Amino acid sequence: MSEIRITVNGRRFRVRVPPMKRLLDVLREDCGLTGAKEGCGEGECGACTVLLDGEAVNSCLVPALQANGRKITTIEGLARGKRLSRLQAAFLSAGATQCGICTPGMLLMAEALARGRTGGRAIDWREGLAGNLCRCTGYTKILEAVKEV
Amino acid sequence: MTLIGQRIPKLDAADKATGRSRYIQDLRLPGLLEARVLRSTVPHGRIVSVDVSRAREAPGVFAVLASQDIPPKRYGYAKDTTALKGDRVRRIGDEIAAVAAVDADAAAEALDLIRFEIEPLPAVFDPERTLDPGAPLVHEDRGSNLVRTHDYAHGRVEEGFARAAHVVEGTFRLPAQAHGCLGPAGAVAEWDARGRLTLHDPTQIPFLIQRDLADTLGIPPSDLRIIQPTIAGGFGARLDLYPHEIISALLARAAGRPVRLAMDREEDFATDPVRPRTVVRMRTAAAADGALLAREADVIVDCGAYVSWGAVTPIVMMHTMGSFYRVPHVKYRARTVYTNTAPTGAFRGFGNPEITFAIESQMDELAARIGIDPVEMRLRNANQPGEVTPQGSRITSCGMKECLEAVRERMPPPGTRPPGGRPLLRAAGENLVASATQTETESPSSPAICPAGRIEGTEPARSPLRRGIGVAAVFHVGGGARIYRSDGCGAMVKIDDFGKATVVVGATDIGQGMETVAAQMAAEELGVPLEAVRIAPADTDVRPWDVGVHASRTTFIAGNAVRAAAKDAKRQIEAARTALGLPPDTPYDKVVRSEHFRDQGSLVIGRAYFDPPNAMVDAENKGNVSAAYVFGAHAAEVEVDVETGQVRVLRVVAAHDVGRAINPMYVEGQIEGGVMQGIGYALLEEVILREGGMSNPNFLDYRMPGPQDMPSIETVIVETNDPSGPFGAKGIGEPPLVPVAAAIANAVANATGVRLRELPMTPERVWRALRAWADVEAPGEICGKE
Repeated sequence: MSEIRITVNGRRFRVRVPPMKRLLDVLREDCGLTGAKEGCGEGECGACTVLLDGEAVNSCLVPALQANGRKITTIEGLARGKRLSRLQAAFLSAGATQCGICTPGMLLMAEALARGRTGGRAIDWREGLAGNLCRCTGYTKILEAVKEV
Repeated sequence: MTLIGQRIPKLDAADKATGRSRYIQDLRLPGLLEARVLRSTVPHGRIVSVDVSRAREAPGVFAVLASQDIPPKRYGYAKDTTALKGDRVRRIGDEIAAVAAVDADAAAEALDLIRFEIEPLPAVFDPERTLDPGAPLVHEDRGSNLVRTHDYAHGRVEEGFARAAHVVEGTFRLPAQAHGCLGPAGAVAEWDARGRLTLHDPTQIPFLIQRDLADTLGIPPSDLRIIQPTIAGGFGARLDLYPHEIISALLARAAGRPVRLAMDREEDFATDPVRPRTVVRMRTAAAADGALLAREADVIVDCGAYVSWGAVTPIVMMHTMGSFYRVPHVKYRARTVYTNTAPTGAFRGFGNPEITFAIESQMDELAARIGIDPVEMRLRNANQPGEVTPQGSRITSCGMKECLEAVRERMPPPGTRPPGGRPLLRAAGENLVASATQTETESPSSPAICPAGRIEGTEPARSPLRRGIGVAAVFHVGGGARIYRSDGCGAMVKIDDFGKATVVVGATDIGQGMETVAAQMAAEELGVPLEAVRIAPADTDVRPWDVGVHASRTTFIAGNAVRAAAKDAKRQIEAARTALGLPPDTPYDKVVRSEHFRDQGSLVIGRAYFDPPNAMVDAENKGNVSAAYVFGAHAAEVEVDVETGQVRVLRVVAAHDVGRAINPMYVEGQIEGGVMQGIGYALLEEVILREGGMSNPNFLDYRMPGPQDMPSIETVIVETNDPSGPFGAKGIGEPPLVPVAAAIANAVANATGVRLRELPMTPERVWRALRAWADVEAPGEICGKE
């Protein structure tokens, strides 16, 4: 067991977990944040995407130890109170959620891409979201939503 | 009307976008145990012994079950299996024993302590070989691997072929397609002290599970309550009772604690009730003017080791055979067969994508033979409003013609140059689809055969890229489908003291937006804002009967039920207003309060049950199974790299007759999602079997389309206002997947002159087909670089 200190959505957590416990499980089991989803556990679907110091990662592939002392943003941390983030609001108005299991990971990946945009450079959204699978929407409405932002 | 036809975000969209929706993996209960299942690693064998004694002693273990510990109750469509297998395993992945422990790690460790011995037996995997004399029997007691035969005929098919000017013939091979629901399967079971079971289960059929699971457990169905969490994808994967549901209940009973049995990705793939491997041998005949004369098919469908919904897909294929286009002579035979592979199930379209691939490929082949435009060929044979097909399908509204014309308007007409591409055809005046083929059934001297990428009178193209356009149409049920005795759904609308309406409806929201559509319809009927309507939770103790979410039935059936219940509530409000002498503009809250606070008062609860006016098929497999039918047409533009065999879909136009779009945003969502799954079926997705087990059970090797694989999709909603649909609406869940593979195969044929009859059209298959064609027809032409 190791003591891990992480800041999740601006709140500090201290947890005692096996050092190789997956960040995904730390978030879901030790922090009570079930918004990150496990679609495959192998980094192939993107459903567990969270931001680690602002960078999108598959939390199923990150050991707890590696997150020690770092800042994490999960889907629960995107809205400010009842006010949705621009991307979240765009997902609603574009109809980009169906079953919704991919939505948290998709939103966080899009958030990372939008934050990482430099200058006036256009984002290649199809390429940028290529690691996030969705089995319902055909991606059309998701791409519509992210392009609004 | 104010709410019908509006682009309203789904009621649960904000919960989903903020991580609040709870899926089966998110459920937390005090004392919840986690379960794991020991599975067979051989495809067929005799179970010699199973020893669970050491596992029972392992730390953290609460229950271990093998077949001798459970009721020997057979279940399933053919009652051909038990939840844990006793004497035989019949496929890789068969359930042998199960453990419930404090956490998943402890359960997995205990699983390793189970000793078992299986004596391997010969196995059969190929549905085309399983009926051969001497093939190993999957179920010895049945004496044959044939599950059943479906026969259908109308007209005199031989007469139709005898009169034909053109006949095309071919064998089409369709792969097993996995659902790939992004949330793996799972269930949570908890028993109360009186012996009542609550099962949290993302099933598509809560009311059928209630009956079937109770029977398996030996309890009355009323002692079983199903609560559906948010469902992480279904598409048919959750349409039956599965071993994990039974095992979770048995473990929870044995452990005396709630138990979750949740699968990981590999297990979800390995036990997925896939779209069955299907082989269609088909021939189609047409007159010289393009009128269809006869269609005949011989079909084999793989059931896997046990019978589930995969075995029922021939019924849907039969309806497409008998009613899609006006064909005077039809003959159809399908055989469903056992193999030592995972049981096959329902997948969006339910047999229709399989048979439509064959039918629509042959429509293009015939159009090329005759020398007419493929859209014209389809229009000439299109179904019509008011038609009763020889099979007995009573077509009410029908937008087939409008859909075909819509895609024709939006794709380049025959012979024009697509942007950045080269001419589709080698000579002016040729038709849109020039079809050549490597099979012997089509005469190589046919004038229609020409490699479209080659342009007569010019140098052979230097670029390896060839562009082509293909179209395909779809016929499907859209007003229910009576394959059970009931095709109904109940609904209640309660108006509360505050003037708000609660809709209690049996139907299941699987992500498609049922609850939002139900709320829109109720609000519209009651004349209240959408915010005044809420949907009661998905709980069989609360909701009335519904047969399940399948067959593109929910908007039509549940919509009619909700609308009628809302009307009933409104009638009660109006009656109370009159009886109480209140002015006609008295708000609902005041009417309801005045009504129930008075002496001998009453409450306002509207209710309705809608069971559509359709019928089960008769002994000849004829009958009107649906109260409405839906139509659509797709056009796909592709680019084929003739050096690598890679096919890229550049653009899809998808037109669908939906009767009336209650919420166009989610109608488009159904169309776009269906196109995506259809592209996967056409080009990427295939369950690859090794010794009967899935050898690619992960998202790297089982490739589902990602955003980078998707073309732009232009959706066209055709509204025909069905007379019996709620506000004119018909179903749209399945149809958008159905014609995609055929449209793409037709586009590949248009681009290269080569017809693919096997899916998925992987680069290797396309390359081999191009090579085979080139070797025979034009050595050095297509793959000239070698």
